Amino acid sequence: MAQKVEQVRFQRPQSLAEVPTHYCPGCIHGIVHRLIAEVIDDLKIADRAIGIAPVGCSVLAYNYFNIDFAEAAHGRAPAMATGMKRVRPENIVFTYQGDGDLASIGTNEIVHATTRGEHITVFFINNAVYGMTGGQMAPTTLPGMVTTSSPFGRDVKVQGFPLRVCEMLATLDGAAYIVRRSATTPKQINQLKKAIRTAFMVQMERLGLSLVEVVSNCPTNWGMSPVESLGFVQGKMIPYYPLGDYKVKDKVKQLK
Amino acid sequence: MPKVLMKGNEAIAEAAIRAGCEAYYGYPITPQTEVLEYMARRMPALGRVFLQAESELGAVNMVYGAACTGARVMTTTSSPGYSLMQESVSYIVCSMVPAVIVNVMRGGPGLGNIQPAQGDYFQMTKGGGHGDYNAIVLAPSNVQETIDLIIEAFDLADKYRWLVTVIADGMIGQIMEPVELPEMREVERRQQPWALTGAKERPKNVITSLSLGAENLERINLKLQAVIDEIVANEVRYETLMADDADILIASYGTAARIAKTAIREARQEGIKVGLFRPVTVFPFPYAELREAARGKQILVVELNAGQMLEDVRLAVKDEVPTTFYGKMGGVVPLPGDILAEIKKLAA
Repeated sequence: MAQKVEQVRFQRPQSLAEVPTHYCPGCIHGIVHRLIAEVIDDLKIADRAIGIAPVGCSVLAYNYFNIDFAEAAHGRAPAMATGMKRVRPENIVFTYQGDGDLASIGTNEIVHATTRGEHITVFFINNAVYGMTGGQMAPTTLPGMVTTSSPFGRDVKVQGFPLRVCEMLATLDGAAYIVRRSATTPKQINQLKKAIRTAFMVQMERLGLSLVEVVSNCPTNWGMSPVESLGFVQGKMIPYYPLGDYKVKDKVKQLK
Repeated sequence: MPKVLMKGNEAIAEAAIRAGCEAYYGYPITPQTEVLEYMARRMPALGRVFLQAESELGAVNMVYGAACTGARVMTTTSSPGYSLMQESVSYIVCSMVPAVIVNVMRGGPGLGNIQPAQGDYFQMTKGGGHGDYNAIVLAPSNVQETIDLIIEAFDLADKYRWLVTVIADGMIGQIMEPVELPEMREVERRQQPWALTGAKERPKNVITSLSLGAENLERINLKLQAVIDEIVANEVRYETLMADDADILIASYGTAARIAKTAIREARQEGIKVGLFRPVTVFPFPYAELREAARGKQILVVELNAGQMLEDVRLAVKDEVPTTFYGKMGGVVPLPGDILAEIKKLAA
């Protein structure tokens, strides 16, 4: 009788802590956290990775990973990452930020980290609303979207236009890899994982700043069910924030 | 050691380098920009880290990041820039990561001007940012002392895992004086058990200032206060000059104290018994020592502000001795003669 060999085909990544998260049911944070942990394991960088958590729903991200982590002041994670990476270039330093953290209060820090070509990796979770504080308008809130601080729907005449971060950062020479992905379908999730892997490899090869924007959902503050919210991402968010590669330096293209 | 002629700002930079400072992140602001420029020239040549940040906010957060890895790191700024840094100062102290920040004070409030002033005393000694905390605040009076205190600042920061600040002013920053520099200390790549260096063969380290839940945050605060208690018990520094037989005791720090010293010598020549009590740490403030030194005397507080250290002086002596104030605001620097006139008013 032939011996059956058991192979583990799927398991919790080592770098993902065995802790229940506080995220809302259906929130994409859970998917992104898992993918980052999988890639950190695949690339075997867990023992030199340092993550920086933002202020936002993922402020407690440091509880969910088994790697060194710091908590930054709101928006300042790219500056903190710069400070760390410059003294410890052998560490893999990444930030994990929401749209308030990165595109509102932190715009100065992300623009300058990018234009300096800091060898850090940035994960930008864009769900067009301030989740943690209860659903206020974000710089990425779509025109007409109702939030607690745009209760009549975002009026571009009064509150201006949403900010497209990838398009903006792609104009900077220090940017090596600026891509936008999502996680509403299995295909998108696979592409997101590949992008996360490439982003870390960009840092490992010191090619410049890598950023992965994830067009995300917020069922709770959008007032939708999880499934409805994924539909909103597909139907309304992605048309405004098209998925794709906004900046890929030649050397990045050669990475395998 | 032969003496060299150095501008205060450059001495600040060189002292940090000799203390083994591994990284400097800064931003231009008068009257301390020469620190940034000196570091820009010197640090790369030594294989250390220099970066001009996008703002003081950027600089202080870069300092915070590097401090989390256990590296010796410093930033310098002047009053408006120090204001910008306050949120992160609060985070840094709460996180108990060692760092050094120098404030070369200028005239305020607001954009103010670029002349020397002492208007940030409250901000520096009473926390400055939100929440209950105090950084150690060292107050040099001349360029040599600035060098010596910067070296101490890094050692104190490591000793307590604390933020150490240096309260200087535009006079100290700009003046050129003959100084002795200490031996060069090489950068030490340390592996502090608490630092973020990569969780290799150890459980992860998390450095955060977030503490949800009141009991949790109270515990953190009690821990911080315990460190502050230790600092208060062990790190008071001050200097006296001709204080023992004085009838009038001038209480002053930094550049104001330096000018007062000249006035004191002139007054003594006219037979007026006046002395000086000069705090070298304004946090921890030498309350007990000042109270003792002021017994039976009257105090003249001299500051370049509207009366800030004055409050600590009054706290020290509990209003048991007469206390008068002489101050100039806006970056106006009094002459020794101005202080002498005040001494004479009191002596009359």
